[in-house]
Amino acid sequence: MTLTKDAAQTAKIASNKQSELNTRLRASFQQLLAFASLLALVLFFSVASSNFYQAANLSNILLSTVVTGLLALGTTFVIITGGIDLSIGTGMTLASVMTAVFMTQMGMPMIVGVICGVLFGALMGGINGFLVAVMKIPSFIATLAMMMVAAGLALVISGTKPVYTNEVAGFQSIFALGKSIPGLVIPNAVFILFAAAIVAGLLLSKTVLGRYTYSIGSNVQATALSGVNVTKWTVLIYTVAGSFTGLAGVIATARLNSAQPAGGAGLELQAIAAVVIGGTSLAGGKGSIIGTVIGALIMSVLTNGLSIMSIPQEWQQVAVGVVILLAVYLDMMRRKKASN
Amino acid sequence: MSKKLLRISGVSKSFPGVKALSDMQLDLAHNEVLALVGENGAGKSTLMKLLSGIYVPDSGVFEIDGEEVAITGTKHAQELGISIIHQEFNLMQDLTVAQNIYIGREPRVGGLFLSERALNRKARLLFDRINIDLDPKARVGDLTVAKQQMVEIAKALSYKSRILIMDEPTAALNDAEVATLHDLIRNFTNEETGVIYISHRMDELKAISNRITVIRDGEYIDTVNTAETTMGEVINLMVGREISGNQRPASHTPSDEVVLKVTGLSTKDLLQDISFELHKGEILGFAGLMGAGRTEVARAIVGADKISSGTIELNGSLVSIGNPAVAASMGVGYLSEDRKHLGLLLERDVKDNIALSSLKMFSRMGVLNDKAMKSTASTYIDKLRIKTPSSAQVAKNLSGGNQQKIVIAKWLVKDCDILIFDEPTRGIDVGAKEEIYALLNELLVQGKSIIMISSELPEVLRLSHRIAVMSEGRLTGFLSNSEANQENLMALATLNTHSAVLAPLPSSSAQRSTK
Repeated sequence: MTLTKDAAQTAKIASNKQSELNTRLRASFQQLLAFASLLALVLFFSVASSNFYQAANLSNILLSTVVTGLLALGTTFVIITGGIDLSIGTGMTLASVMTAVFMTQMGMPMIVGVICGVLFGALMGGINGFLVAVMKIPSFIATLAMMMVAAGLALVISGTKPVYTNEVAGFQSIFALGKSIPGLVIPNAVFILFAAAIVAGLLLSKTVLGRYTYSIGSNVQATALSGVNVTKWTVLIYTVAGSFTGLAGVIATARLNSAQPAGGAGLELQAIAAVVIGGTSLAGGKGSIIGTVIGALIMSVLTNGLSIMSIPQEWQQVAVGVVILLAVYLDMMRRKKASN
Repeated sequence: MSKKLLRISGVSKSFPGVKALSDMQLDLAHNEVLALVGENGAGKSTLMKLLSGIYVPDSGVFEIDGEEVAITGTKHAQELGISIIHQEFNLMQDLTVAQNIYIGREPRVGGLFLSERALNRKARLLFDRINIDLDPKARVGDLTVAKQQMVEIAKALSYKSRILIMDEPTAALNDAEVATLHDLIRNFTNEETGVIYISHRMDELKAISNRITVIRDGEYIDTVNTAETTMGEVINLMVGREISGNQRPASHTPSDEVVLKVTGLSTKDLLQDISFELHKGEILGFAGLMGAGRTEVARAIVGADKISSGTIELNGSLVSIGNPAVAASMGVGYLSEDRKHLGLLLERDVKDNIALSSLKMFSRMGVLNDKAMKSTASTYIDKLRIKTPSSAQVAKNLSGGNQQKIVIAKWLVKDCDILIFDEPTRGIDVGAKEEIYALLNELLVQGKSIIMISSELPEVLRLSHRIAVMSEGRLTGFLSNSEANQENLMALATLNTHSAVLAPLPSSSAQRSTK
């Protein structure tokens, strides 16, 4: 009796180990697949056009990923909770205007202006979180309204004119175009994006905030019943997301050495597309920062590659749309297979 | 120890229009597994919700170790050492086992950072202590239902629970898993703790419980020692009331013509080899406990669920029904048990709801003819005696009985000859029930044939010409109306179709017999 029981126990442990291994493999395979798609794209464009695989062009691709990439990082948090943030595009613009205003009209030192720009983004995120978690307005509506508010405020505060930061010594160089590593053509903004991605990745996988982000998106009621203050954490998660919007605003300002008050609208959808291509589920509960980074890179490689191949911009949009559909459909199929 | 671990007395709870519990009592000793049984709707889940702090009682006393307590909320119940494992799980599918168990209480480093290693170690220690075989790092969504059940149990036990309440914990488990669960329960019970175990499976109660408390219609009936009682006695206590003679089906006699013939129907998840015939002008009742698979039979017939094997014949010819729309076009209508979600458009008016399945009839080139819809609606409002100020009244403003009549009208307009009613009188008050019963009998006279799924045995006995009884996805028997009674129905409904041995382990049975 005990003997058979022991045998059963051993078999059980073995099968457990097996299933554990399978789960791990599946998880890494998913990220591998996204990464493989990115490589395939790069390979394809390198073969298709000799102008693609050039250091200057690759550096261009990376630079063009920075602003949408930062926005996508923040909104990954919101989307994993099962929410959506439509205010990041124009919110970035408002943060950009505010950063420029802090540094010029208010005369803040550069670094203080940068910090205030990021904090301003966090404040906007916090307001979104308050609307969603405390006032219980659906995130789509709340952030749609905030998108309009931010667009309007950016125009009001700037007087509908660009705010130039040429006077701020070193701003553009340090936070965007300067190249700190000798011998490499990669500008600083790209390193800022990757640093931000690492911070976001750590936040999501190693901190309490990250755990509750997944938990809320997975089953908000069960999370609340387990004694987690869901309202408080939702506000915090949106605040963190907003700080990435603020940082995107700072970098955008530095890159052009000016805040352009009329732009930004539409960027939110590009960011959301990057997140979705990266395998984050709009239903909440699933997603990763590495996926989002790869998603953002796929978007900019695609746009850049198609431009280099002289595909008209109209058709580029069509291609990006098709890629989004494909990515999401393949992801759904894979999940379905995995669950069977 | 003379003081009981838990004692409940004089507990009453009413909801608008329903007295869910009246003067309920129950006691749980230390080191005891108390089974709580009763028919569907007897008040078990209300009692559980009172104990877990989800509801507040209207009156009554709760005592733990002889001390009176007032349970103020779910968190308070946890603090008192009461843990409940509900039938539907409260788990985060995307998190791992350990993350689920310690959500909100995760080990931290410096206040913000998680220590995954400490978390998994903590979970492993817990699993060792309570002797559960789980992988702390597995994603809960990847686990089988049985394993998820174990996660729920581990989570409940991690709160240092003293009173563990399990609501049908074995509904989704196979026999080996049930045995594991029972081992767990035996490991858990000691001089400090006790378990309240709700189940319908009689053989299980024999294997695991010390005493059985029976409740019926919200009232306490009796408590018996498991060792000194038989399954038949428990069923008698559960069912209780006699059926009076006038509650037999109306005089209408079904013809011999077979309108629906189901042969060997099986689905991937639950159903096994379901075969039956439905005659013209007949009400075929489907009885069984929750989860027995009655709704699934209906869903499989109308094509809402995929059939893995088996055939369906309508009026003698083999048909393949891919989805409910096809079923409706062939004259088979399914009236869902979940009227509010699956049967009605609550925000739309009576007229729209009645016409919904037959919009083709009321439109020309896609343009709706409102007048025709209105006049048809008025006809059925009269015919079925739907109490509504007008056909423009919004459905959600009507009573449950009248909402059900709207759903019936919808299928009558569609001209369905076979109607499958799933819990036709759920949530409907007594007077309206009578009207629905009369309506069903009228439908027979008009030549319709009816499958009626119901959890209320008196209703099944009263209306059905024949009764098909299900247990665990299989048909366990057919009874004609004249031979059926609550006792033999309940016996068939609780039949364990897998003939497995669930003998208690020698050590624990010895422990029990000493008491």
